[in-house]
Amino acid sequence: MSIREFAESGADLELVGIQKRFPGFTAIEELDLTIPAGSFFALLGPSGCGKTTTLRLVAGLEEPTAGRILIGGKDVTDTKAHQRPVNTVFQSYALFPHMSIIDNVAFGLKRRRIADAEAKAHEALKLVELDHLAQRRPAQLSGGQQQRVALARAIVNRPALLLLDEPLGALDLKLRRQMQLELKTIQEEVGLTFLHVTHDQEEAMTMADTVAVMNKGAIEQMGAPEELYELPRTAFVANFLGKSNLFTGDVVGTTDTAMTVDASGHRITIATARAQRHQGLVTVGVRPEKVTLHAEQPEEVAGRNLLGPGRVIDVSFAGVSTEYIVAVPGVGTISVFAQNMSFGPVAHEGSEVWLSWDVEHGFGLSDEPDESSRFPADADTQSIAVQRREALLTELEGS
Amino acid sequence: MSGEVQAAAVLGGLAESEELEDRRGPQRPRRRRIGLGDWLLPVYVVLAFIFLLIPIAYTFVFSFNDSLKSNIAWRGFTFDKWLNVCNVEGGAVCEAFGNSIVIGLVSTVVATTLGTMIAIALVRYRFRARSSISLLLFLPMATPEVVLGAGLAAQFLAVGVPKDMLTIILAHTMFCISFVVVTVKARVASLDPALEEAGRDLYGSPREVFWRITFPLLTPGIMAAALLSFALSFDDFIITNFNSGSVTTFPKYIYISASRGIPAEANVIASAVFIVALAIVVIAQVSRAARAKRLAAEMT
Repeated sequence: MSIREFAESGADLELVGIQKRFPGFTAIEELDLTIPAGSFFALLGPSGCGKTTTLRLVAGLEEPTAGRILIGGKDVTDTKAHQRPVNTVFQSYALFPHMSIIDNVAFGLKRRRIADAEAKAHEALKLVELDHLAQRRPAQLSGGQQQRVALARAIVNRPALLLLDEPLGALDLKLRRQMQLELKTIQEEVGLTFLHVTHDQEEAMTMADTVAVMNKGAIEQMGAPEELYELPRTAFVANFLGKSNLFTGDVVGTTDTAMTVDASGHRITIATARAQRHQGLVTVGVRPEKVTLHAEQPEEVAGRNLLGPGRVIDVSFAGVSTEYIVAVPGVGTISVFAQNMSFGPVAHEGSEVWLSWDVEHGFGLSDEPDESSRFPADADTQSIAVQRREALLTELEGS
Repeated sequence: MSGEVQAAAVLGGLAESEELEDRRGPQRPRRRRIGLGDWLLPVYVVLAFIFLLIPIAYTFVFSFNDSLKSNIAWRGFTFDKWLNVCNVEGGAVCEAFGNSIVIGLVSTVVATTLGTMIAIALVRYRFRARSSISLLLFLPMATPEVVLGAGLAAQFLAVGVPKDMLTIILAHTMFCISFVVVTVKARVASLDPALEEAGRDLYGSPREVFWRITFPLLTPGIMAAALLSFALSFDDFIITNFNSGSVTTFPKYIYISASRGIPAEANVIASAVFIVALAIVVIAQVSRAARAKRLAAEMT
């Protein structure tokens, strides 16, 4: 495909055996990835996981140490950034401060010597509802407006592949929602392939058809958002994508349908099909919103796990739901999200409660429990917060 | 120059303490006493300005003196010197002035071009001996001019290059490069690399990215470096004196003629340079204020 003409539709992107080493560290170990044409693909991970490097490799701003990059089936590994049918919306927007908005948007078209560059640039600005500001300089625009200009500047070129480098990071919540919607609409309208890099799990889940969770230079798990959420395969995914309650123990019984794990004397059963490993020491888990809180000891029911009694050590009311932190002797703390069906929380700090959840809702991880801790030692704020809270809780329990 | 800055800083400090005095005022009895600071500060300000401006005023006034050979005693007002500035001593003043302009322009262009390239290389690329080059570039600024001038003169002699305009230009280019590199480097370092990456991403070839993005964004720094280079070159006497042979520059002319009385024509040229410089500053300030006003009007 020549860069002199517009892409008719999105192109698929293929990364084959990509490795990227910088002096002193390896950003990407070994990456194989195929993104089908026309999809909205999100690379999700904490800072430093290699997701931005991946994006820069695709854009041609970095060269891979090893491996090939194919766009629309064509090997572009050895071509320069300006020869690739790819455009990027930069994290910092990177609008040219010395040019007017219209010149910024028309820049790519003029470099490709495409006719009617100005008219096409005005159309792109109309799409993001900023045509009335065409003569302004970037410094005269608000953050949200600059972001839309950056988007217009990229999509006006009709690239086969649009790269988004955390472009919504600097916006406030309301503007973010608005831009997310706008991005999604544009993607559906123009049918481009979107590769979106973000550390915001909610953004990734709401916008993308496929999410790949990246950690330490490799993809941990990839799939549709609901699949990733309901059936995480590693402790990292289980905790980076939402919260999880994890239990580690030996497998004490396996049938065709159910597998039972002994976690410090508590029997926890999950569906065999939802477990990655079926013998030895394994980690199993359940999402907080799947757990039901009981104020009195319930009857043992087949097909449900029952834990307790435990003590509520923290209640945080969030309007639509309430999060309870329950300390169960032997298994540590368990987080429970409960919809506020009645007024206010149903249990209070210090009250004795029992927990239950459907066997079908559990999941078993493929991690070696001894090789990685329950919460990965990563430098992103979310896992630090989780670890910190864990540490505080153990401290409180001990005293 | 630094004297002015210092004076301004001192004045600023005084003004501030004065303000503090005023703010405490209302809590005291209302009767206003005339303190020492009330008249000391204005007097100090006036004296400081007189001190700074007298040499310039003297030069300007005496450019209208109907002088003979020396221009020390006031002999009456005339426009002759301004009108016939190039007609004395076979036009020696004007020739020296012309030489200074040519040397200044050529060494500015060469030093700014080379210095800008060095600055970009030092900030953007990692290469062997990069930090030692950064350090070496400070040497011409740190070395006493006498040493630099004498060293260069000895070197030209050893190599057998005759001293003329070329040797002056070489010498000026050498010390101007250091100042250009330091000035432009700061600008390059503050330039967001993402802007150039965006240019490449938007189909700009390396050449297009440089001329359409990098260069325009560096222009303020490059302009400042060029003005500084020109001022340094135009002003330089010591290094020039060692390497000029029979060529006379404006500072050299004034130095030589000082022993037998500086002619009024030198005052004319000095005054003219001062007026041009002042005009540039005023125009720049006024146009900047106008632009800021226009931008503010657009925003609303």
